[in-house]
Amino acid sequence: MSDLAIKVQQLSKQYRLGQVGTGTLKHDLNRLWHSVRGKEDPYLKIGQSNDRTVKGESDYAWALRDISFEVKQGEALGIIGRNGAGKSTLLKILSKITSPTTGEINIKGRIASLLEVGTGFHPELTGRENVFMNGSILGMRKWEIQKKFDEIVDFAGVAAYIDTPVKRYSSGMIVRLGFAVAAHLEPEILVVDEVLAVGDAEFQKKCIGKMKDVSTNQGRTILFVSHNMSAVQNLCDTAMFLKNGEFVSKGPAKQIVREYLSERNNLLNYKEYEKHLKYVKVEQVKDKIIISAEYHTDQVFDSPQLGFVLYNNEGIPIFGSNPYIENIEIDKTKIIEGKIVLEILEPKLLDGDYILSIWFKDKFNSYIEDLECLTLSVSGMTTNKQWDQSFIGNVVPKTIWHFS
Amino acid sequence: MSTHKNATSNWTESIQVKRSLFDLRLKEVWNYRDLLIMFVKRDFLATYKQTILGPLWFVIQPILTTLMFTVVFGGFAKISTDGQPKIVFYLAGITIWNYFSESFNKTSSVFVTNASIFGKVYFPRLIVPLSIVTSGLIRFAIQFVLFLSFLIFYFFKSGSLVHPNMYAFLTPLLLIFMAGFALGTGIIISAMTTKYRDFTYLVTFGVTLLMYATPVIYPVSSLASKYKVIVMANPLSAIVETFRYAWLGSGTFSWGALLYSFTFMFLLLSIGIVVFNKVEKTFMDTV
Repeated sequence: MSDLAIKVQQLSKQYRLGQVGTGTLKHDLNRLWHSVRGKEDPYLKIGQSNDRTVKGESDYAWALRDISFEVKQGEALGIIGRNGAGKSTLLKILSKITSPTTGEINIKGRIASLLEVGTGFHPELTGRENVFMNGSILGMRKWEIQKKFDEIVDFAGVAAYIDTPVKRYSSGMIVRLGFAVAAHLEPEILVVDEVLAVGDAEFQKKCIGKMKDVSTNQGRTILFVSHNMSAVQNLCDTAMFLKNGEFVSKGPAKQIVREYLSERNNLLNYKEYEKHLKYVKVEQVKDKIIISAEYHTDQVFDSPQLGFVLYNNEGIPIFGSNPYIENIEIDKTKIIEGKIVLEILEPKLLDGDYILSIWFKDKFNSYIEDLECLTLSVSGMTTNKQWDQSFIGNVVPKTIWHFS
Repeated sequence: MSTHKNATSNWTESIQVKRSLFDLRLKEVWNYRDLLIMFVKRDFLATYKQTILGPLWFVIQPILTTLMFTVVFGGFAKISTDGQPKIVFYLAGITIWNYFSESFNKTSSVFVTNASIFGKVYFPRLIVPLSIVTSGLIRFAIQFVLFLSFLIFYFFKSGSLVHPNMYAFLTPLLLIFMAGFALGTGIIISAMTTKYRDFTYLVTFGVTLLMYATPVIYPVSSLASKYKVIVMANPLSAIVETFRYAWLGSGTFSWGALLYSFTFMFLLLSIGIVVFNKVEKTFMDTV
């Protein structure tokens, strides 16, 4: 294939777990001894796959193992997977921030990566100085930045403050200025991490729009890592699914997102914990959703609270709540165990599988943050007809019709 | 249809596990020269913002050091200054030495202090130590002007032995030597500190020790011949001694010593760049 932009072959990355100390020196010396005799690195043979929930025996872990894939020119590829799947490691290797343990990557064209917006911004320098600073760090020449300067400032919408030090900027303005610089790079390949998670909704839309424009109209290749399945489907034509550092599948974005989400649906509606929470459970009881949890600890809690967010099977949040946003005072102080039961009466959900994230905290500490950890199967919650949910949405409105 | 045949081999870039030890990518460094200038500018602007005296600090520090040396080494210890006025003698040594020690101190912690930028974006890492050595020149220029004003004062003072001569034109060369040493040793240390921080502790007192092994506060002529050999084995000695010979007219000058210094610097710098290039690929995993 002559129109490839990136070809990745048998890429692996091994990390050493634990701390650097005298043990490291011993391993380093052993490795050196092997290489002097022309032998293979002895530590490459060991190591475990990167499953974070299980504590492994080995000192080494594979953040990526034997990944091979190709990206065509002009392709917008979404990289998806749970936390720890190796997405960020892959981006770091592609951006040349770190180098692979084994394998090879071939690239055609200039590559620019956007793992953070506003890298190198110095608070004491003005917006103008920082645009030049950031642009140079991203590999632009001074004249290139000069040529695009007005466009950048315009896109960021900070023209009035351009000669003010950025320490006087709001965080939103810094993000906008940072993204604006990156968006005006002209690389053949753009590597983007979830930087869009910051900034207000309107600006996020603008960013996605800009990237879409860059990929479809200017024929550039984009690699996009995100947890936001709707952003991936919106921006990318193809997607790649990684799991515990290993390649699972690559194909049309819609199909791969569905695969990822169904994989995730192997979750139960009940989960036990070692600490803080005994269990948390979600179930449908007739036309209500009930979330319940029991907590216990060796210390005391002050106003323990449970929070949740419920997503549809495309990973889009439908609703969520906790006592804090509902302005509910909990007068339970200094308790060591108890039970929380939450009854959700409205809204009613249409039939299907939903995913929940759970938080457990009290006034002072956050104890558990478990993203996408439970699943809820809903059936017959409403007497309404079931309809295509990608068309009318997942929830049933409470309505009163008037005909006259 | 040769284009089609070549299709698999016309990659513009390849990321591999092993890169040749001598593939130094210096051309790439050149492509990023605008970034070097930006770093120098940022260093300069950011250093004196939020201070009252601003760039004056570049001048105050050598003045105080000179006064201290004049009192302690010249006054109490009565170390010879080759018949030169103590102030210009010490100031000459401090000016050129400061350039080395500042640049060395900063380059030796490049990876650790820039980890947050290095972790987010790629550019040739060598740009940062190069920019440090370059911004050191601005500081040197300011301190050099200070030195020159004292020099002019003593030059016109009657009965003084200050004799600047033609060798003063070697000053840029001496600076390049100093920059080479600071860069070479600095990047070797910085490459080693990414994994083992032990070297950081070595740097602080190492520089101080090195200063006493270099004729900064004493002239080579004041040494007994057996110590002279040791001091002149230090490749930095020839640079400091030449600098003082050129501007004050006292001390010794030898092309041989300078050549020795240059060879040493060249080797150190070459090793440094090779080591640095090797480490920059994986340091993010260990830093």
